[in-house]
Amino acid sequence: MTGKQPFRLPTGGRLIDRSKPIGFRFDGRQMQGLAGDTLASALLAGGQMLMGRSFKYHRPRGPLASGVEEPNALVGLGQGGRFEPNQRATTTPLIQGVVATSQNAWPGLTRDVGAINDALWRFLPAGFYYKTFIHPRAAWMRLFEPVIRRAAGLGRAPELPDPDRYEQAYGFADVVVVGGGIAGLNAARAAAQAGGRVIVLEQTGHWGGRTPVDHPDGQAAIDRVVQALRTMSNVTLRRNTMATGLYDHGYLLAREALADHDPNAGLPRQRLWRIRAGRIITATGALERPLAFAGNDVPGVMLAGAVRDYLVDHAVAPGRRIAVVTNNDDAYRTALAALDAGLEVPAILDARPAADGTLPQAARARGIRVETGTGIARVLGRMRVNGLQFCAQQGEGQPLGVIDCDVIAMSGGWSPVVHLWSHCGGKLRWDPATALFAPDPDRPPTGADGEGNVTAVGAAAGDLRVADLTGAVAEDSILPVWIVPANATRKARFKMWLDYQNDVKVSDVELAGREGYRSVEHAKRYTTLGMATDQGKVSNINGLAVLSDTLDQPIAATGTTTFRPPYAPLTLGTIAAEARGPLFQPLRRTPMHRWHEAQGAQWEPVGLWRRPYCYPRGAENRGDAVNREILAVRGGVGTLDASTLGKILVKGPDAGRFLDMIYTNMMSTLPVGKCRYGLICSENGFLVDDGVVARLSDDSWLCHTTTGGAERIHAHMEDWLQCEWWDWQVHTANITEQYAQIAIAGPRARAVLDRLGGMDLTAGTLPFMGWADGLLAGIPVRVYRISFSGELSFELACPAGQGLALWEAIHQAGADFGITPYGTEAMHVMRAEKGFIMIGDETDGTVIPQDLGLNWAISRKKPDYIGKRAQERSFMTSPDRWKLVGLDSIDGRVLPDGAYAVADGTNATGQRNTQGRITSTYHSPTLGRPIAMGLVHRGPDRMGEVLEFAVPGDSFTARIVDPVFYDREGTRANG
Amino acid sequence: MADMRPLAVITEATGLGMVLIRADLARAGDAIAEAAGLPVPDVTRFTADAGRWLGWMAPDELLLVLPGADLTATLAALTDALATEHALVQDVSDMRCVFDLAGRKPAQVLAKLCPVDPNALPADGLRRTRAAQVACALWRREGSGGHGNAAGEVWRIVAFRSVRDYLAGILATAAAPGTDLDPR
Amino acid sequence: MLTLTCPYCHVAAEETELAPGGEAHLTRHGPGSTDEAFEAYLFGRRNPKGVHFERWRHLYGCGRWFLAARDTMTLQVFGTYPAQSKYPPRHIVDAIRAARPGWAPDWDETSGDSAPGVGNDPAPNPTPTRDSFV
Ligand SMILES: [Zn+2]
Repeated sequence: MTGKQPFRLPTGGRLIDRSKPIGFRFDGRQMQGLAGDTLASALLAGGQMLMGRSFKYHRPRGPLASGVEEPNALVGLGQGGRFEPNQRATTTPLIQGVVATSQNAWPGLTRDVGAINDALWRFLPAGFYYKTFIHPRAAWMRLFEPVIRRAAGLGRAPELPDPDRYEQAYGFADVVVVGGGIAGLNAARAAAQAGGRVIVLEQTGHWGGRTPVDHPDGQAAIDRVVQALRTMSNVTLRRNTMATGLYDHGYLLAREALADHDPNAGLPRQRLWRIRAGRIITATGALERPLAFAGNDVPGVMLAGAVRDYLVDHAVAPGRRIAVVTNNDDAYRTALAALDAGLEVPAILDARPAADGTLPQAARARGIRVETGTGIARVLGRMRVNGLQFCAQQGEGQPLGVIDCDVIAMSGGWSPVVHLWSHCGGKLRWDPATALFAPDPDRPPTGADGEGNVTAVGAAAGDLRVADLTGAVAEDSILPVWIVPANATRKARFKMWLDYQNDVKVSDVELAGREGYRSVEHAKRYTTLGMATDQGKVSNINGLAVLSDTLDQPIAATGTTTFRPPYAPLTLGTIAAEARGPLFQPLRRTPMHRWHEAQGAQWEPVGLWRRPYCYPRGAENRGDAVNREILAVRGGVGTLDASTLGKILVKGPDAGRFLDMIYTNMMSTLPVGKCRYGLICSENGFLVDDGVVARLSDDSWLCHTTTGGAERIHAHMEDWLQCEWWDWQVHTANITEQYAQIAIAGPRARAVLDRLGGMDLTAGTLPFMGWADGLLAGIPVRVYRISFSGELSFELACPAGQGLALWEAIHQAGADFGITPYGTEAMHVMRAEKGFIMIGDETDGTVIPQDLGLNWAISRKKPDYIGKRAQERSFMTSPDRWKLVGLDSIDGRVLPDGAYAVADGTNATGQRNTQGRITSTYHSPTLGRPIAMGLVHRGPDRMGEVLEFAVPGDSFTARIVDPVFYDREGTRANG
Repeated sequence: MADMRPLAVITEATGLGMVLIRADLARAGDAIAEAAGLPVPDVTRFTADAGRWLGWMAPDELLLVLPGADLTATLAALTDALATEHALVQDVSDMRCVFDLAGRKPAQVLAKLCPVDPNALPADGLRRTRAAQVACALWRREGSGGHGNAAGEVWRIVAFRSVRDYLAGILATAAAPGTDLDPR
Repeated sequence: MLTLTCPYCHVAAEETELAPGGEAHLTRHGPGSTDEAFEAYLFGRRNPKGVHFERWRHLYGCGRWFLAARDTMTLQVFGTYPAQSKYPPRHIVDAIRAARPGWAPDWDETSGDSAPGVGNDPAPNPTPTRDSFV
């Protein structure tokens, strides 16, 4: 054994490469391992058994396991943006230069202040938090919470953005086999021979599972079947890929580790596979259970199978004198492996009254002391095992003797990994003979066709013996043992750990049972058993067995808690994949986007669109820019990029009749060549969209929607056409993005367009609310004479690809008029000056058009339209509804958006009564004073009244006025 | 050593004409075929010849893609041919963005973004689906499909114009060198 | 995540390619209907544990609305069929009966406007979730 790796065995180690030493740091200490090591095996090789502290008591902890189930050896990995907490040392491949830090310990692993909790264990029983912190409330806020928050939590969250890339991919297969051990590989071969596409997923980097460790000719058997599978073209073998969850209809998520071993290769670190599987075969093996004896969490107490793994896989000796405690034959393999490695095995303590199977006989033949009917009374040592007292299993723990050892390899039997089976509804059955929950083949998860779509095989099905492997050794039965010794004292039960990570002990679960927690789900939450990052992989069965004993009922009656995905934690980057940074959302850009960008536009998100909010110049702030843009339009001419407005073409013999149903007003009577403002309601009567409709021809209309409304309204139209009036002859097409649309507004608008040449846009030829096709600046356009600003205004639609050219031509033509691009905020202010409503400001899903004084846009002649019946409901016709009014600020301050007008008295919950609220509020540069609109109780009947609007720490008063603040006669737009 | 070229060579196709056709395809199929210059495709298939492409988009909807120079005449021919039908013919040439994916493994790029199995799509198959967060349609321009038979394929993907930058971004990301989906 | 086959384009689409639309086979009640009938139309839904008929749209595909017969408990899909169906077609009914021997259709195809499962409701439950603006 070398100096740097004192616990590395001189020979063996099937996964390591002795020619490739790897340096790394643990808690600042430079250490060395070998290629093929995990972080845990390298730490053990260096003699570092202490790897972390527990959550509640800060107990010193070493590794319990060798794989994904590890509850103790959690470390923070990496630095800076690559820092990742709670990484299992047992599944972390050792890479050159990796920096690992222990968690939950301050100032250091060996001297940890938080361990004071450990001395206070009597005062921290199950449910401690619930019981203690309910009263008094003030103490919770000031005293308990800050202290607990500081001490709580496993690991710490990374503070920098994750620099790694992640991706996702979709997979399809007839059969997905989860688990690359002997059972999975054999099942994959059978499935592949039957035809169809087969994917095999193995969570580790190696094929074979436990077989190469546990069976003398195991590796050869694995190699043979892997070789056979590699020759089959319909088989995909994927290692380092963990199936994390199974969902409806055979939807399987799996995480492939791509570059964990080489973070600087520039590859995606991980890939999340979203696989649709016809059938899933779970060959996920089994996990070993600890035994509950006093001191079973002292570093050096490990699962027997894990001890064997470290010996065989990595040629690492967790210790030099390995005592074994078991209730089954399998742990004897660990004793034999330890002897093979040249280590001492001072004793095997077997809870069973007799142990005469093949493996126990082999152990005795090699001179190992086997004590049947015994268990552990007490572990000696605190930071590290240095011995044990053993006792009769059937007793209270009278010591029979002391055994010197530095590792205790324990086995309480094995539990099939049933997570995937259970995620989607597969049921389990308890087998008392083998003392395990196994998938019940009669009650599998089912797929879209109602048939079972998951099959469990091998150890995952409860067949721990790998019956189809030649040379497998027969084993005698397990003795279900949940507490060692059977009648342990109360004091000893306080030292028997069930959930290592959350510090849940036998005494806690028994307390929960005594306090009436009969449901395993409730007991779980009360004790926190199984709620840590390991999700109880090693603790669940022992915990519910102890609960069953306390409740004096069979284990099957207690049942298990719910298995929920993911099987092991997924890093958030894997779930987000490409959706980060500039690709976080599919931002929608108009044809003129880059022009706006070049002009320094500030953006307003409208749905996924980005629209210019305003175009600040020089040192202007946003408010200045908005005011300048408004005055430029009112006094000259400005342009707005209106391309985002929805454009839906509706065509067909029944199109007019259809639009009469969609809109509250009459569209069938609109003459060709004319436009009409229309309102769309939901069947619930509420106003959901508005816009201008143009009649293009005898049988076709173009419906404009709000920016956010195009897809929604198109879907709404298609819904009614397809599902209600399917015999009506109507086609719709959402052609929003075919066109760029430019609003050109202001007294000089016509003059600018005249300079472009090509169309007669005089009022006589193109009156207000008319439209015409033609050419402007050589570009085909449709010109709508409509106005949302209240000024003389045209909206020009042209093919999107020519939108920028038209925009630039307009700006060139209008340069000497001071033509000014204006953004959405200027548009909002100008429409508010005119008293025009805005969907989303004046509406919120509870407002009907009648509330907004829009009765003129609601046909009384039509027998029906969507929302009409709803608007006839008594509440909708009540005179007590809040209705639209203008609001004039008394003291000249801009009113606070969304503020409520208070009324006398209080409501049932003691809040001030309200009588209205502000829906739009701005400073009007046109009028040089604030303007606002709001919905007020009987508002239009209360002109001139003054309302008080309360906001925290302030109060505003405003007079109810007409909502049209500017150009009430509408002469400007008619210019 | 892994092949460190991108999975696909991505080029944007511009200058195409596109026509949306909505009609009763059974009644008007012959008229459409004659005006479009291509047979009407079966459900979820396309027909193509000499730079023209006609795809089945919905039970009463086709999309014609053709060289931009042919647009005006074909638009007029279709409008004329369907004048007596309840039909909608609309120029949508400016409404979409189009990318072609050639190179080593273009289907793998699509397999990262779309919940479909590109290899299972027939040679004349058209699939409307989504690419990450946006609606798209995809089909093969070259190659015949089948599993493990992707060499030399060229795929075309079409989405809305406003998300062109997003689509270009996710395609380039998914095609990044070294990100082959083959098991390693 | 569900997979449903669109009856129009026969694409087996996953849930992310579809948009849900609530209970199917509802009958619209417009102006002139009683308050009770209108309330049932707008708000009354069966929400059964078991066999259910529901609306889906192949949003990221052909854009058609279609109907699906599905078990809300097991997620078994008995079949999909066009939205332009006043009642579930015979082959859907047969598929449900084969899988759920105790189940029987509870609508009367001769009565004109009743819909599945609404026999005991105060009023027949109408068309689609007409409030698609959420
Ligand atoms: Zn479809």
